[in-house]
Amino acid sequence: MELKEKLISSFMAFEERVDVDSDLHDVRTEAFKNFENKGFPTKKEEAWKYTSLNTILKNDFSVFPKKENAVEFSEVKKYFIHEIDTYKVVFVDGVFSSFLSSTTHDGLDVCLMSSALTKPKYKMVIDEYFNKVANKEESLTSLNTAFAYEGAYINIPRSKVVEKPIEIINFSTGTEAALLVQPRNLIIVGENAHVQIIERHQSLNDNPVLTNSVTEIFVQKRAIVDYYKIQNDNLEASLIDNTYIAQKEQSNASVHTFSFGGNLTRNNLNFYHQGEHIDSTLKGITIIEGKQHVDHYTLVQHATPNCESHQNYKGIFDDKSTGVFNGKIYVEKEAQKTDAFQQNNNILLSDKASINAKPQLEIFADDVKCSHGCTIGQLDEKAMFYMQSRGIPQKEAKALLMYAFSNEVIESIKIPAMKARITKIIAMKLGVNMGFDL
Amino acid sequence: MSKYTEDDLKIELENKEYEYGFYTDIESDTFPVGLNEDIVRAISKKKEEPEWMTDWRIEAFRAWEQMVEPEWANVHYEKPKFQDISYYSAPLKKAKYESLDEVDPELLETFKKLGISIDEQKMLSGVAVDIVMDSVSVATTFKKTLAEKGIIFCSISEAIKEHSELVRKYIGSVVPQKDNFYAALNSAVFSDGSFCYIPKGVRCPMELSTYFRINQAGTGQFERTLVIADEGSYVSYLEGCTAPSRDENQLHAAVVELIALDDAEIKYSTVQNWFPGNKEGKGGVYNFVTKRGLCEKNAKISWTQVETGSAVTWKYPSCILKGDNSVGEFYSIAVTNNYQQADTGTKMIHLGKNTKSTIISKGISAGKSQNSYRGLVQISSRADNARNFSQCDSLLMGNNCGAHTFPYIESKNPSAKIEHEATTSKIGEDQVFYCNQRGIPTEKAIALIVNGFSKEVLNKLPMEFAVEAQKLLEISLEGSVG
Repeated sequence: MELKEKLISSFMAFEERVDVDSDLHDVRTEAFKNFENKGFPTKKEEAWKYTSLNTILKNDFSVFPKKENAVEFSEVKKYFIHEIDTYKVVFVDGVFSSFLSSTTHDGLDVCLMSSALTKPKYKMVIDEYFNKVANKEESLTSLNTAFAYEGAYINIPRSKVVEKPIEIINFSTGTEAALLVQPRNLIIVGENAHVQIIERHQSLNDNPVLTNSVTEIFVQKRAIVDYYKIQNDNLEASLIDNTYIAQKEQSNASVHTFSFGGNLTRNNLNFYHQGEHIDSTLKGITIIEGKQHVDHYTLVQHATPNCESHQNYKGIFDDKSTGVFNGKIYVEKEAQKTDAFQQNNNILLSDKASINAKPQLEIFADDVKCSHGCTIGQLDEKAMFYMQSRGIPQKEAKALLMYAFSNEVIESIKIPAMKARITKIIAMKLGVNMGFDL
Repeated sequence: MSKYTEDDLKIELENKEYEYGFYTDIESDTFPVGLNEDIVRAISKKKEEPEWMTDWRIEAFRAWEQMVEPEWANVHYEKPKFQDISYYSAPLKKAKYESLDEVDPELLETFKKLGISIDEQKMLSGVAVDIVMDSVSVATTFKKTLAEKGIIFCSISEAIKEHSELVRKYIGSVVPQKDNFYAALNSAVFSDGSFCYIPKGVRCPMELSTYFRINQAGTGQFERTLVIADEGSYVSYLEGCTAPSRDENQLHAAVVELIALDDAEIKYSTVQNWFPGNKEGKGGVYNFVTKRGLCEKNAKISWTQVETGSAVTWKYPSCILKGDNSVGEFYSIAVTNNYQQADTGTKMIHLGKNTKSTIISKGISAGKSQNSYRGLVQISSRADNARNFSQCDSLLMGNNCGAHTFPYIESKNPSAKIEHEATTSKIGEDQVFYCNQRGIPTEKAIALIVNGFSKEVLNKLPMEFAVEAQKLLEISLEGSVG
């Protein structure tokens, strides 16, 4: 495989740029070895049964962008939640843009992975957390670890309630014919702390981009994390998002994934429980058309008693788009009194669209409440008729129904500006003006 | 046709010995261990099969050689050594025991609980039965009734010889030789099995059961069953028996093919209670079965299974809903106790328009067992208005066992409606307490609750089977409480 070869030589070039004597470099070499052994995942693997990377990997990706690129704020303003004040960590073609960002070290760290990885004062934190929850066996995660250099580093000290949301945005400008970016984020939320984070990947022109991102989130005791992923990219951008979340007792973490666009989007979302009374929420809305492909692959590992997890994924697929939902709930022997719930509803709008769903329960404890539900269907004709008979045009009626369908997820967004934004994007996607704001 | 006797066969084999270059022990009439083309040919020869059948077997064998044993199932076991198995063993002529007193008392105890008559007990445990004549006469009258209707019900070897054109047309049409590792193996070496053909528009007046041919059933390590329901016909077919059969065969790789032509209906019920291994998980049968049915227009195939035996069960009775308006159903109870493992479920392949399928699966795990449901619901782009409902419920007893569900749902049609739900629960302490309060001992209470949990599936079994299956559930879960 050509790209693999290229990555091997790039890794050698990369080794010349970084400190090869550090412990960190051992982690990188180890990870690269794993990637070299396993290579890119193929459809033969159960986890990638319905998603093929073949066509994407044929692109001649540059691993390191040759030159830095400036982006005007006015050009990209619309990609920020600009209605409200936020901390921002912005990268352009994988390189930090201090001009667009607004970072802080005042009471909390919202800064760069590159400085956290190299500066001695962060060494203890890095040693304790870096690559600790990420799956060391998974080849794409390993590839990211091998090249881990830049990304967002967020460390919220105990009992800190962060008053404004943090935005992590990755732009790609398309100066390279094809670009592979591998952001690596590390987020540590201390005891009793509270933070809201919004992540977005955005390509600014039509050259192919492949983003292989890894985010590790550590949620300490009683901390609350709300994480939102907006995936509304252009048709040449592909995203493989690997998120690993480790939760300590009584913590509460939620991840909302909004997949509205992109060539191929794969979300690997993993929750690991490390204490009792944990609450995990995984929600998502997927609305795609054309030939787009969105694959949600979730895992909730219930290892401790008295924890809850809630999953709710909604998908609307038009044209030739394809969707995949693979949700796994694993309840270990010790995890008695687990309450795990998973729901996946899909609507197919066209003959050519398809959906593959594989909800999966693996349960080893007897005193648990686990259920999953999965439906695939279409819009209710009676409801359509009802609205049309009252003068609502077909298009609007259809949009209203689809909006109602996804509302269960939308209403749990905790940032009002964000909620309005998502509503707007959905209205745009459905080609209507809803005539109401939320 | 002059009668072909055992002696003729012996002589023939002795003469053939040189040709194929292997050794046959005439006394026990068992082939040497191992598997190669010669063995396959010899099996075919021994069964006096026509040439096309031999070629068919050889083709399957060659495909099998190229295949790798699948490992994706959620079961762990020591792989059978395929070269250490003897692939043909003639039915034992001599009874194993002289009287019931010699039979394992534990086995007799189970028989008693199931309420099986003395004669049947003797038959099932391999005791020489004098009154067997009765049974034979029952079978004969039974065969007469069937023959009047034009129904063919015989062993597959007989069918290959006497209804060659039918068998040739349909065998391998639903489960091709190369379908999977075990199906290929079965196609190459199957020793016997059942064949059933229901002519056009005939409603089979009785439940067909392999039970009537129990004397021949002892042969089946690699059984092959072929059921063909011609246009507008109906048949209900029972397989297996409720009594535990102390079969020491390690590997069972059977293939069942059902063909329901236009407007036909086949109901196929299985109760499987093979030796599950002892309490420490030693021994027991590996049950790797390929079962599949094909539905033409307006046809219906319904699978009902109660799986309580075998150390490892690995089977997915499936329906290919090819014709428009065809219906597939799957009702299953899988009980695992001690160290048993079951990976079972179904595949519903919707190809025709307005096709419907229902899946009800109940898994009960106790002891240190693992119970998995694995199913596929596939809606092709042509299957307009396809409808599926799946429900998988698991009941866990104790926290050393596991319950798993792996449903695959693939839809390519916007007018399809698919619903899937799964739950996992345990027997509530309050439920047991309620029963205890009213004087029902815990063991009985558990049986009561399990029965209620499985009712939906038990109701689908033919009457006489349902009663025995209910008792079987009780026995399988004995000692799993507390």
